[in-house]
Amino acid sequence: MSNQKDIVEPSYLEYKGKYKGIFSWILSTDHKRIALLYLFSILSFFVIGATLGLLMKFELIAPGKTIMDAQTYNAFFTLHGIVMIFAVVIPGLPAVFGNFLLPIMIGAKDVAFPKLNLFSWYLYVAGVSLVIVSQFAGDGPPDTGWTFYAPYSFRTAGTMLPAVFGAFVLGFSSILTGLNFLVTMHRMRAPGMTWLKMPLFPWTLYATGWVQLLATPVIGITLLMIVAERTLHIGFFDPSLGGDPLLYQHLFWTYSHPAVYIMILPAMGAISEIITTFSHKTIFGYKFMVASVLAIAFVGYFVWGHHMFTSGMSGTALYTFSLLTFLVAVPSSIKVFNWISTMHQGSIDLQTPFYWAMAFIFVFMIGGFSGLVLGSLAANVHLHNTHYVVAHFHFIVFGGTGFAFFGAMHYWYPKITGKMYDTKWANIGLVLFFVGFITLYGPMFYLGFKGMPRRYFDYDEVFHAGNIISTMGSWILYSGLAIIIINLFASLKGGAKAPADPWGGKTLEWTIPSPPPVENFDEIPLITKGPYDYK
Amino acid sequence: MTAETHRDDLASKTGMWLFLFTEMLFFAGLFVVYSVYRFRNPEAFHLAAKELSVPIGTINTIILLISSTTIAMSITAIQKRNKKFTLLLIGITIILGIAFLVNKYFEWGEHIKEHIYPGSPILALRGQGDVLFYGLYFFMTGLHALHIIIGLVFIGFIIVKIVKNKIDSENFVLLENSGLYWHLVDLIWIFLFPLFYLIT
Repeated sequence: MSNQKDIVEPSYLEYKGKYKGIFSWILSTDHKRIALLYLFSILSFFVIGATLGLLMKFELIAPGKTIMDAQTYNAFFTLHGIVMIFAVVIPGLPAVFGNFLLPIMIGAKDVAFPKLNLFSWYLYVAGVSLVIVSQFAGDGPPDTGWTFYAPYSFRTAGTMLPAVFGAFVLGFSSILTGLNFLVTMHRMRAPGMTWLKMPLFPWTLYATGWVQLLATPVIGITLLMIVAERTLHIGFFDPSLGGDPLLYQHLFWTYSHPAVYIMILPAMGAISEIITTFSHKTIFGYKFMVASVLAIAFVGYFVWGHHMFTSGMSGTALYTFSLLTFLVAVPSSIKVFNWISTMHQGSIDLQTPFYWAMAFIFVFMIGGFSGLVLGSLAANVHLHNTHYVVAHFHFIVFGGTGFAFFGAMHYWYPKITGKMYDTKWANIGLVLFFVGFITLYGPMFYLGFKGMPRRYFDYDEVFHAGNIISTMGSWILYSGLAIIIINLFASLKGGAKAPADPWGGKTLEWTIPSPPPVENFDEIPLITKGPYDYK
Repeated sequence: MTAETHRDDLASKTGMWLFLFTEMLFFAGLFVVYSVYRFRNPEAFHLAAKELSVPIGTINTIILLISSTTIAMSITAIQKRNKKFTLLLIGITIILGIAFLVNKYFEWGEHIKEHIYPGSPILALRGQGDVLFYGLYFFMTGLHALHIIIGLVFIGFIIVKIVKNKIDSENFVLLENSGLYWHLVDLIWIFLFPLFYLIT
């Protein structure tokens, strides 16, 4: 019996299952392989979206036409928005890192519904394919922006149907992922792992799951109404038939504001994990962290009106939405406070993921505070639909979710691939990325304040200087991105072998080999302590 | 060996309930739209609702309620190992579901004959309130009918599984879940019926 110990279980990367080659991936129901399917698809679309952004910034380097005409610019920002929102940041952290790590972090062998999990990925691919079809079929690409605002969305000659339906299908994929995670957490936590012994990343996925489940159907039906409007002329949002375009905006933001929390909550979870691990200290105020996650998810449902301050609402509605918007900032600041307090008197190990977490907190704070400016009614009237909004949005969504995504990537890379990456190049990439980011979006605050509207391919000469700086920032950012991605891919071949626990993490994923075996755990662990036991 | 063989009925049922939440919110969006337009066009909605046939609506309500009962009974029947009776009850559910659709078909056909359908120029002449009422009527009952069709297909698969003994007194969570789905479809109709036919 003694030599049984020598038989090492194959890792999930080696184990082939019943299919060969590519089919061992695209037909696999292993949550880890599905996570990688998502990773590669999301990364590809991220690069496409980023390239569109790069070209848009190049167009804005000078007033007038530089490389594209107005209509192309409209199509670019529409596609950039749809791809980045629906295909990158919404599924980003949950579908990639959630899929890979959620079952491992709660001590389970897989998610509750592995086949449904694979089906969600197929829905994702189908949805994105529909969006791509809309670019080439019919009378020209969609040009409404990712918000599909009525009544333009059913009057434009652009090919709206596949794009809208694609977003609908992507929403469905997101719902099923959320549902899967919720059931997994309710039913499959390892023995002894009570709710308050669950690590914070799963907790954020739990809150996210509810938001995905309860908010996404609303946009589903809204998008279907747009489809019906275009095909059957039903009149829901068409003023000439008695419909109300404002109602569309309400329905749209009822989902799309909570969607921001689908993007940011798992990002906060990943950052919490990184900060405890590299501070080698128990997270400060664990229960407050859990409560603030749930509070953000809950209050996040009731703030959608702040997207519509200038659209026409009653005074009472304006005050209420503004007040609620300020309330959301409270749990977010609790989180930042707790992150900083966790570092206090910790033994901090300065590694790449920790730098990413620092960069995250920095840009997230700027994004958050600028959000408060937009949430106050008087300032909003001035700043609405300017570049200020673009800057705020990118600081929160790209700065928040994007930085957390790359932080998580550098944190869990050794676990996922079994290799270590080159730290020097990773850090160079991060610095370029960070500097480029600030240079790109920083000037937009100023430009917006000065009154430069968003979504135009042209601008007045007075905005020229700021735009030049911003465009140069986009080049720095893009080169940083390229270095990061190339470094991670190069390390797949050249990297040193990763130990089971390279960073001294305490959560369950660091107790199993890197890369994890097919079944995750030989024996399901018995949990007796809290998730961050550094005593 | 693989995690796939792991079976957890409670997990499946929890998953189904969560899915039903999403379905409810899906229709909730439409109920919001309905309320807003009813509030804005009280008179037109009042008059248009009078034109819908209450008898057909009532018959369809009764049909769906009975079909919900039969599928609920089939779950008890399979637990008592009475395969034949289970199949009979599910068969009745399917027939009732189809009967509902047939009724709906004639009802819709009647409207369309009178040129009442979304995008019809004659309907447009009757004013915006009527356009919205019938737009909502066709969209919501249409979406509901689509759910009935999906439910029927699903229950059809269940029948095959019961015949092949893949679903039996030990393992009937799939039947239970399709029952839950069918009840939801029924429940949504319970809301649609008064909203369109009864409140005048």
